Amino acid sequence: MRSFSYTRAQDVKKAVSEVSSHEDAKFIAGGTNLLDLMKYDIMKPRHLVDITRLEMKSIEETEGGGLRLDALVSNADTAYHPLVEERYPLLSHAILAGATAQLRNKATDGGNLLQRTRCYYFYDTTTLCNKREPGTGCSAITGYNRNHAILGHSQHCIATHPSDMAVALAALEATIQVSGPEGERSIPIADFHRLPGDKPEKDTNLAENEIVTAIELPKKGFARHYTYLKNRDRASFAFALVSVAAALELDGDTIQEARIALGGVAHKPWRKPEAEALLQGKEVSREHFQQVADAYLEGAEGFQYNEFKIELARRSIVRALMQAAKTDQ
Amino acid sequence: MATDFIGKPSKRVDGLKKVTGQARYAGEFEVPELTHGVVINSSIARGKIKSIDSSKALQLEGVLQVFTHENRPKLAWFDKSYSDMDSPPGSPFRPLYNEKVQFNMQPIALVVAETPELAQYAATQVKVEYETEPHETNFDSQLKSAYVPEEFNSTPPPEPWGESEEQFKKAAIQLKEEYFHPSQHHNPMEMHASTVHWEGDGRITVYDKIQGALNSQKYLMGVFGLAKEEVRVLSPFVGGAFGSGLRPQYQLFMATMAALELKRSVRVMLSRTQMFSFGHRPKTLQRFSIGASAEGKLQSIIHETYAETSKFEDFQEDVVIWPAVLYKCDNVKLSHQLVGLDEYTPLDVRAPGGTTGIFALECAMDEVAYKAGLDPLEFRKKNYSEMDQTKKVPFSSKELMECYRQGAEKFGWQNRKQEPRSMREGHQLVGWGMAQGAWEANQKPANAKAILSVDGKLKVSSATADIGTGTYTIMTQIAADTLGLPLEDVSFKLGDSSLPEAPLEGGSATASSVGSAVKAVCQKIQEQLLELVKKQGNTDFAGKEVEELDFKDGQMSLKDQPATAVSITELMAQNKEDQLQAEISAEPAKEEQKKWGRYSHSATFVEVKVDEELGTIKVTRVVSAIAGGRILNPKTARSQILGGVVWGIGMAMEEYSVMDNQYGRFINHNLAEYHVPVNADVQEIDVIFVEEKDDVVNPIGAKGLGEIGIVSVAPAIANAVFHATGKRVRALPITLDKTM
Repeated sequence: MRSFSYTRAQDVKKAVSEVSSHEDAKFIAGGTNLLDLMKYDIMKPRHLVDITRLEMKSIEETEGGGLRLDALVSNADTAYHPLVEERYPLLSHAILAGATAQLRNKATDGGNLLQRTRCYYFYDTTTLCNKREPGTGCSAITGYNRNHAILGHSQHCIATHPSDMAVALAALEATIQVSGPEGERSIPIADFHRLPGDKPEKDTNLAENEIVTAIELPKKGFARHYTYLKNRDRASFAFALVSVAAALELDGDTIQEARIALGGVAHKPWRKPEAEALLQGKEVSREHFQQVADAYLEGAEGFQYNEFKIELARRSIVRALMQAAKTDQ
Repeated sequence: MATDFIGKPSKRVDGLKKVTGQARYAGEFEVPELTHGVVINSSIARGKIKSIDSSKALQLEGVLQVFTHENRPKLAWFDKSYSDMDSPPGSPFRPLYNEKVQFNMQPIALVVAETPELAQYAATQVKVEYETEPHETNFDSQLKSAYVPEEFNSTPPPEPWGESEEQFKKAAIQLKEEYFHPSQHHNPMEMHASTVHWEGDGRITVYDKIQGALNSQKYLMGVFGLAKEEVRVLSPFVGGAFGSGLRPQYQLFMATMAALELKRSVRVMLSRTQMFSFGHRPKTLQRFSIGASAEGKLQSIIHETYAETSKFEDFQEDVVIWPAVLYKCDNVKLSHQLVGLDEYTPLDVRAPGGTTGIFALECAMDEVAYKAGLDPLEFRKKNYSEMDQTKKVPFSSKELMECYRQGAEKFGWQNRKQEPRSMREGHQLVGWGMAQGAWEANQKPANAKAILSVDGKLKVSSATADIGTGTYTIMTQIAADTLGLPLEDVSFKLGDSSLPEAPLEGGSATASSVGSAVKAVCQKIQEQLLELVKKQGNTDFAGKEVEELDFKDGQMSLKDQPATAVSITELMAQNKEDQLQAEISAEPAKEEQKKWGRYSHSATFVEVKVDEELGTIKVTRVVSAIAGGRILNPKTARSQILGGVVWGIGMAMEEYSVMDNQYGRFINHNLAEYHVPVNADVQEIDVIFVEEKDDVVNPIGAKGLGEIGIVSVAPAIANAVFHATGKRVRALPITLDKTM
């Protein structure tokens, strides 16, 4: 681990100015990913701005009937918050499908969005990786790529985003509140994470020195018909091979609205609204769900060790939708 | 007060120390003015180090030295000096020997600094340039150059008997399949570490993670030319090892070299990543040709194994003996070949060879059973062997039939439907599978010392190890039981090279070997006590032998004559004996033991539930029935078997050290990506110990339990997955992509 300097910010403005005024500075909150990355010599910040003292720790209802999750609320507190459990159970389930109890106690909601890929090569500094060292090459394309992308990847990077929480947020169409040197703005979750393209080193569309301050959930929580289905290589403490956040609004057996987001398959939570729209006005049936699953996986391309994910994703979408349609919490 | 402890579920005598942090591990010992070393490992698999530039690191204040092949001290020359008690045939790896890189993650430099943080940082400042040569790490493509090792240090495959090829061709039922499992690393909780205390007068005291302090001592004497008195190795606690601590690892070399050169105390701890830089369970490809009659009687078994090894040592395990141990067959041919790769030499991992060979064997036999239309358990009964065909001798004891019976009953095997995919719950397919296993019940020569003080305290010692298995506890029990003393008056010391010699703690032989020595040394004390009582002129004991005595509750008496009881401490006091002392060497009764096949046995029954569409597998129930001779402590024994079962679940479904052939490097070198089972993977496990009496294996009749718990678990799971899904997965791990 390299030496770094450290300051504690008292408010958001100061945090942003602190991070802007130091070279190679990073915010640190729960540190559950950043500290690992520093120990592995993958991220080498020279200055850390501790934001854990900032007043961003509450969950409040918004005027529009939604819910605002401050960025520093822990994943555990979010998942077990009565309003989240009642109105956005999909989010609770997704959070609880990730990591371990200890990590969820420490990790924050803002940090969860910003966690970095678990690509083996990204984590091994003796190998080539465009995300870690732009322009060096991608070892995963020709290497071991079991936990890699089947959608939206590029010739430069086939890494996936590891968050479960973000997949539920994508289905729920959350917006991310950020604050930076240029002021405040909000970014729809769909635009928050990026596809790798030719800049895989950039995971998100956050501008330089911007900080995530909150996550806003819109009013619609799909609390009656939802499922978070996570397939992984062991029953707990493993990243998703393929996960599905499915949410339905039903009128009897007729689908009013469907939301489907996939995790573990791309550089960001994967939504395909035009495919979801196929379900609008349709009856709940396995055939209809299969059609939408096929549409979701159109153009998917696997690699030597993750080809199976395409069919797994298809089947998982169908299963998740079937479960969501059945559940009536 | 009752002092019969053998066979009783005693708590761990070291438990309190462990849960209160008083138990110290190799990297935790505090010595004055300690310095810290960080090892730099190669990033290529084969080639030469062109240059190592340490100048930037050395400029940092507090960095003491960067050791490389260029500035290392003069080291021993002969292979013999580097070989240890567990070396396979070949030329042992020599750290920092020269510029050659023989495998990826080879230790190539040591940075020593005043603090661990500084050493770590300084290590990032050392620049290494290589001249890369093409490496061969691809097992599949190197199979063509497989060879039979010139020298076997494991059991050589027995000579073929019968006419296996001809009988196979004629057999009504023929199975010809191959089975594969990948490399796996031990991944104990505690990472390897050595703390070398420079005593100031040329002597060093070394705290090492090792499964036998004497092995580290021998190694250091050989490599650094030290006399026995100059190096003492201590290893009182080991945080799991599973074989990884059988051979001295490079952190020991590095820390000792630096301490001797700098004349300072040095600690070197490996990182989790570095735990993937030395020995692992070698991947094997195993080919079976099995012929059977239409009724399912075995007629021919041909078992060929191809196992990886390094290019410098011929590592071997007993992979192919198991068909000859477990099945009766008149025509058998067994072979074991090695595939040399540019990687570090594999290393024994829990039940080396047994886990490997029995996985393939028991999957293959399940397939034959199905071809014969037989229930898998019936098939095994039909081909039950009363003879160890590897040596053509009978078994010293074999209560495997009782394992079948009790295991099947507990599991409810009689309710099984034979047809695959015939049992389901919602969208889950339910599968029931079973497998059997065996493991060698060996006894090795071991020494022990006992001192009984007049205050009734007994101290027993032997240079063995406790790697979490319960050695401290069962040795204390054996000693207390033999002399009839309360457990709290007995202490057992281990993990110290200055203690009486003991074999490496491995091969499930510690209870058997060291336990026999502990019993024998306590019997010596019994004899001394008998002499004392005779000397007093106590007529009750005149002309009696110790075999005729009872030692219990702090007293000795004639068997079944409590009225003759004499207090041991009073006896010693009356004779003005402050202490009685004995030291012995317990040798196995080799000539007698040679006449018998000596093994523990297991039958494992497993239920899995497999999601029909998604392929996800849950191991919902395991019943493990064990015939392991006398059970010394049912509590620690059960823990051993539970651990073995969990390991079996990991082997079957999760563990996989991924070799990236682009780099010739294991690539999933952390516990986030190298999966071992978590609690959620482990559901119901039932352990059954069946009664088994055996006077041949050793004087205490225990067969050892460290390994028998794992061997038949992975195949039982694979067979259950077949029963659930109708899919034969012949390559581990069985992940959802193979069953969906």
